[in-house]
Amino acid sequence: MNFDFSDDQKMLKDQARKFLEDKCSYDDVRTILESDDSHHDGVWNGLCELGFAGAAIPEEFGGLGLGALELCVIAEELGRAAAPVPFSSSIYMFAEAMKLAASDDQKSAWLPQIASGEIIGTLASAEGTQAPSPRTVKATFKGGKLSGRKLPVPDGETASVAVVLANTGGSGEQALSLVLVDLNQDGVTRSAVDTVDPTRGHAEINFDNAEASLIGDEGDGWALLKRVEAGAAVLVAFEQVGGTQAALDMAKDYSLDRYAFGRQIGSYQAIKHRLADMYVKLELARSNAYYGAMILSEGGAELELAAASARISATEAYRFAAQECIQVHGGIGFTWEANPQFHYRRSKLLALSLGSASRWKDRLVAELEKSNVA
Amino acid sequence: MDFNDTPEEAKFRAEVREWLSANAKPKDPSKVKAGVSTKSEAERLERAKEWQAKKAAAGYAAITWPTEYGGLGGTPIQSVIYSQEESKFDVPGGFFEIGLGMCIPTMMKWATKEQCDRYVKPALYGEEIWCQLFSEPAAGSDVAGLRTKCEKDGDEWVINGQKVWTSGAHFCDYGIIVTRSDPTVPKHKGLTFFFLDMKTPGIEIRPIKQISGGSGFNEVFFNDVRVPDAQRLGDVGEGWKVSLTTLMNERLAIGQGSGVDYEELLKLARETELENGPAIKDSNVREKLADWYVQSQGLKYTKFRTLTALSKGQVPGPESSIGKIVSGPKMQDLASFAMDIQGQGGVMHDVEESPMAGAFQNQWIGAAGYRIAGGTDEILRNIVSEQVLGLPQDIRVDKNVPFNELPGAGSKK
Repeated sequence: MNFDFSDDQKMLKDQARKFLEDKCSYDDVRTILESDDSHHDGVWNGLCELGFAGAAIPEEFGGLGLGALELCVIAEELGRAAAPVPFSSSIYMFAEAMKLAASDDQKSAWLPQIASGEIIGTLASAEGTQAPSPRTVKATFKGGKLSGRKLPVPDGETASVAVVLANTGGSGEQALSLVLVDLNQDGVTRSAVDTVDPTRGHAEINFDNAEASLIGDEGDGWALLKRVEAGAAVLVAFEQVGGTQAALDMAKDYSLDRYAFGRQIGSYQAIKHRLADMYVKLELARSNAYYGAMILSEGGAELELAAASARISATEAYRFAAQECIQVHGGIGFTWEANPQFHYRRSKLLALSLGSASRWKDRLVAELEKSNVA
Repeated sequence: MDFNDTPEEAKFRAEVREWLSANAKPKDPSKVKAGVSTKSEAERLERAKEWQAKKAAAGYAAITWPTEYGGLGGTPIQSVIYSQEESKFDVPGGFFEIGLGMCIPTMMKWATKEQCDRYVKPALYGEEIWCQLFSEPAAGSDVAGLRTKCEKDGDEWVINGQKVWTSGAHFCDYGIIVTRSDPTVPKHKGLTFFFLDMKTPGIEIRPIKQISGGSGFNEVFFNDVRVPDAQRLGDVGEGWKVSLTTLMNERLAIGQGSGVDYEELLKLARETELENGPAIKDSNVREKLADWYVQSQGLKYTKFRTLTALSKGQVPGPESSIGKIVSGPKMQDLASFAMDIQGQGGVMHDVEESPMAGAFQNQWIGAAGYRIAGGTDEILRNIVSEQVLGLPQDIRVDKNVPFNELPGAGSKK
C-alpha cells in the first residue's frame, strides 16, 4: 500500500508553499479584490518562472513533462493561498483540452507559450445562467467561423486563446464540438463581468464570425469537454482541499485568540464540534482527491467516477469550512478588512466553475448505474 | 501512488491466503448482508472457539503480540493484511474482540509476569473469554464519575455497585473492572483497577433488552464481591491511568460499522417505483446516493492512507479518528432514507415483505445505538477537536472537588 505522494512530489509541494507564503499573502490577494486587475501579475509570473505552468505539458511542447500528481500538489497550495492567478483556466482547462484533442500543429502553435506563461489560455463553455449542454449551447461554428456569446469566461479578459464549446449542427450529443480561437482578432470583443469572487477575473466574450479551427473531431465536443472537466475536477478538488485546510486553520487560530464570557471561544463545544466537522469533511475530501489523483495519473477507466467523488467531497468540505469560518469569527468575519471572505468567495467560485454539485452527483450515479448493471 | 503490497507484504498475504484456504470456506457472495444468524448463541460460541483455537495455533490470532504470548511478533500492517484476507472467508467472530483487543492488552501492560503467563494464552486460544466492566448507570461518557466502590479488607477488596453495557458478560470467564476506592478525593484520583473471575460469588448478571429487541449487553451487579489484592492492576488510586490503556485500545478495537450501504440503496432504488417513476431516476434519490457513495469512498481511502503509514512503519496520522463520526450517522440516515423510498410500506419490519429481509429497518434501529457505543458522536468530536486540532478542554467544574461533594454523583446531599 503506497497511497501517498512521493518524496519528490512533496518537495515540489513544499517549494510551491514557500513561494506562495512569501509572495501571495492575503494582503496580496486583497490587492486584486480591490483593483480591476484580472489576476496578480507578480504571483503568476513567479509561478511561471518556477516552471509550474508547464509542469504537466510534454517536453516537446516546451513543458517539464511531469504528470498529474505534480499538478495536484501545486493545486493544493494554490488553493490554500486562494491565489489570484489564471492557473486553472490556462492549465487544467486549456492545456489539458489541447493535450487531449488538438493536432500536433495546434499544440506546437500554442502550448510552448502556455508552458512558459507568456500567454494565458482558457476554456469557454457557459452561456449565461443556464447549464451548457447539447440542448442549450447557441454559439455556432460553421465554415471555419465562430459566432455567439460566452459568459462567464474565466480569465476571459486576459487570455490570448480559448477552447470554445460550439454547436456544429449534429444531432443529440453530437451537436457540439470544441474549437480553438485566437482571441486577439477582429471578430472577438470582450468585457469584464462582475462575479462573487473578484480575485479571479471573468469576462463576457462575443464572437462575430471569428476565425477558429476544430480541435478533435466534429461532434465530439461534448464527450471531450466532459473528459477535460473530469481531469480538472480532480485538480480543482486539490485547490478546494487546500482552501478547506486554510479556512479551518484560520477559524481555529481565531477561536484560540478570541475570548468571550471569560474563556477562549475555542473551548466551547459549539465551536469545537464545528471545527471537528470541518476536519472530518476535509479528511474525507482529501482521501477522495488522492484517489482521483491516482486514477488521473494512471489514465484509469474509472476517471469519471473518481473525479466526481473528489469534486463532490471537496466542494462540500470547502463550502462548509468557508462559511463556518466566517461564523466562528462572528462580526469581524463579515467585515471587508478581515480575511475569511477570500475563502467564502473562492469556495463558491470553485463549486460552480465546473458545474454545480447536483450536476456531478447525477454524473456519479450515472457511472454507478453503468458499473453495476444488476 | 498505488495500492500494491510491498514484496514482503505480498509474501505474507500469500501465506495467509494459503492457510485460510486450507482451513476455512470462502464467503458466499450471494448471502444477504446484515442478515441475522439463525444459530443460537451457544452454537455460535462453540464454533467461534474452535476457529479461535485453530487460528491461535497458527499464530494468526494476535499477529502483533510477542511470540512468548502466542503472537506472531508481526507488524500492524501484517495484522491488517490478515483481517483483509480473513474477511473473504466465512469464519465466526464476535466473542473475543473485547478481550483480546482491550482486556488482555491492559493485562500485558499492568499485570505481573506470572499473571500474564497464566491468562494471556487461554484468552488467545478462545478457552477463556474476557469482558470490560467500566460504564455505569450514572457514568457513561464521563466514565470517571463511576460509583461502584471497593473497600480493603485484609488481603482482599470488597466490591459493591453496578456496571452496565457490559458486552458478553453472561458468557465471559474474566473481567477487568475499575472501581472507586476513595470518594473523598477528586474523581480521577480515587479509582482502583482489578481483574476478576466472573464466577466470583456476589456477581449477578442480567441482560439488557435493547430497542432492537436483541440483548448484546448486560447489567452486572456486585454484592460484597471479594477480590484478592494480588488482582489489583496498578497502584491504589491509580485506576484511571490503567483505564486509559484500555480506552486507548477501545478506539482501535471498535471499527467502522458494516451493514447496508450505498450498494444496497442503489439496488433498492432500481427495484422501487415512486409516484413519478423509478426511484433511481429521482433527482433527490440520486443526490443522496451520491453523497453516501462519496462518504463511503472517503472512509475507504482514508483507511488506505492509514495503511500506507503503517506499511511504511510510521504511526498513522489523526485522520484515522474520523471513521465512526462519519459512519454512525451515515448508517442511520441511509437506512432512514431507504425506508422513506418504500413509502407507507417502509414501516413494515418483516422478513418476508420488507426489501432485503428488513435489512434497512434493522440498521435504522441498530444505528441509534452505534452512534453511542464506544464513544458518542459528541465525545468523538471532543477528541478530534482537542487531540487533533489542539483546542482547549472544556472547563471541568468537577476537577478539584472531592467526588463525594459533587452534585448528582457521589454526593448524598
